[in-house]
Amino acid sequence: MSAIVKFDDVHLSFGALKVLKGISFEVQKGEVLVLIGRSGSGKSTALRCVDRLERINGGDIVVCGRSISDPKLDLRALRQDVGIVFQSYNLFPHLTVEQNITLAPRWVKKVDRATARAEALQVLRQVGLEEKIDAYPEQLSGGQQQRVAIARSLAMKPKVMLFDEVTSALDPELTGEVLKVIEDLARGGMTMLLVTHEMAFAQRIADRIVFMHQGRVWEEGPRTLLADPQTPELRTFVGSRH
Amino acid sequence: MFTNFALIHVQVLLGGLIWTVVLSLISFVFGGLIGFALALAGVSKVRWVSRTIATYVALIQGSPVLIIMFVIYFGLPILGVEVGSLTAAGIALVLFSSAYLGTIWRASLQSVPKTQWEGADCLALTYAQRMGLVILPQAIRIATPPTVGFMVQIVKNTSLASVIGVVDVTYVGKQVNAATFQPFTTYLVIAVLYFCLCYPLSVLSRRFERAYSVSHR
Repeated sequence: MSAIVKFDDVHLSFGALKVLKGISFEVQKGEVLVLIGRSGSGKSTALRCVDRLERINGGDIVVCGRSISDPKLDLRALRQDVGIVFQSYNLFPHLTVEQNITLAPRWVKKVDRATARAEALQVLRQVGLEEKIDAYPEQLSGGQQQRVAIARSLAMKPKVMLFDEVTSALDPELTGEVLKVIEDLARGGMTMLLVTHEMAFAQRIADRIVFMHQGRVWEEGPRTLLADPQTPELRTFVGSRH
Repeated sequence: MFTNFALIHVQVLLGGLIWTVVLSLISFVFGGLIGFALALAGVSKVRWVSRTIATYVALIQGSPVLIIMFVIYFGLPILGVEVGSLTAAGIALVLFSSAYLGTIWRASLQSVPKTQWEGADCLALTYAQRMGLVILPQAIRIATPPTVGFMVQIVKNTSLASVIGVVDVTYVGKQVNAATFQPFTTYLVIAVLYFCLCYPLSVLSRRFERAYSVSHR
């Protein structure tokens, strides 16, 4: 097994506020790693560092063999290997579902129009939304928009997918359909790094769970970790969620 | 001897109106080009770039267009640079509109949510692709009503050029007034002529505002 994402003593501060205080963990190929923790524990920030949306102050992250603190890093190559899905979907409101999905393949990978559309249909089938290919984002429900956002990331054929609290903006009814899509992806062997507040989901999908607390990796282990917490912090955290 | 205000005077005024329109177009086109560059530089993450732009804009917005015109028309010759009245007026109005359009457009770019910028970045788009395909199409929607609204300000401000001798409709108006000594009629006609230029722009601006508030797409 080889690590697709490797955090090595990562430090990050926003001004005087230390958000990450030396975190280390690895995500192996084909593995689903779930980051859990309270709001403000630094888990979303850690995730965003992988795609270099935040710049780290110390340590290093190696993503698909690229060091993200390398001054000669090819940022666009990194971002083609990494797919990211956000809490707020971030679909482009002025473009149709098809245009949202084919934008990057056509402009970044120079795929021709017909091929791009065929690929768009294929990823839409994966998320169960083929019939919405000509819709605009505003015509879709939140859950559907989030599934399109996942399809948009998949169209770039990423080597690893990041999910940043992707169901936090959805009501419980719509959460299920999005989680199902993510589970299907996990079963298909996609390497994933997930931040979520859905504990039941984390327990179902995770190969490994990392519990973050106050900017540190507090506990780490297989999915049984939640059933058998070793630290009082994780015990309290799990307890408050059940 | 005074002559009576007659059709011939309207024709002369219309001749002056052409220069009002020309000056407006120069201000809008070149002010727009510079303003666009200012807007792009204004959202730059490089501190000194956005600070320099902010200073330029503050300086221009903090001084009357007329004074900028005087500085160029009367000031530059002292430094040995001769400028004609049309050129001086043109430069001053271009500076004026670039500062305002730059501000309007920078604000429009910034009102496209940060998450949209990130979304585009994460898809590995280049700077130009991100701007052209994702940010500008959304920013233009936001920018259109205030931009068209500002064009009205440009048209009205061209009247200041008459002070340094540009033969625009206001300048011609003063001559017509001197010949007829019928200031009420003369200036009323001029006001109507300006109104005819500005009103369609105002209507257009309001129409855009309504169109874009109904549908977000």
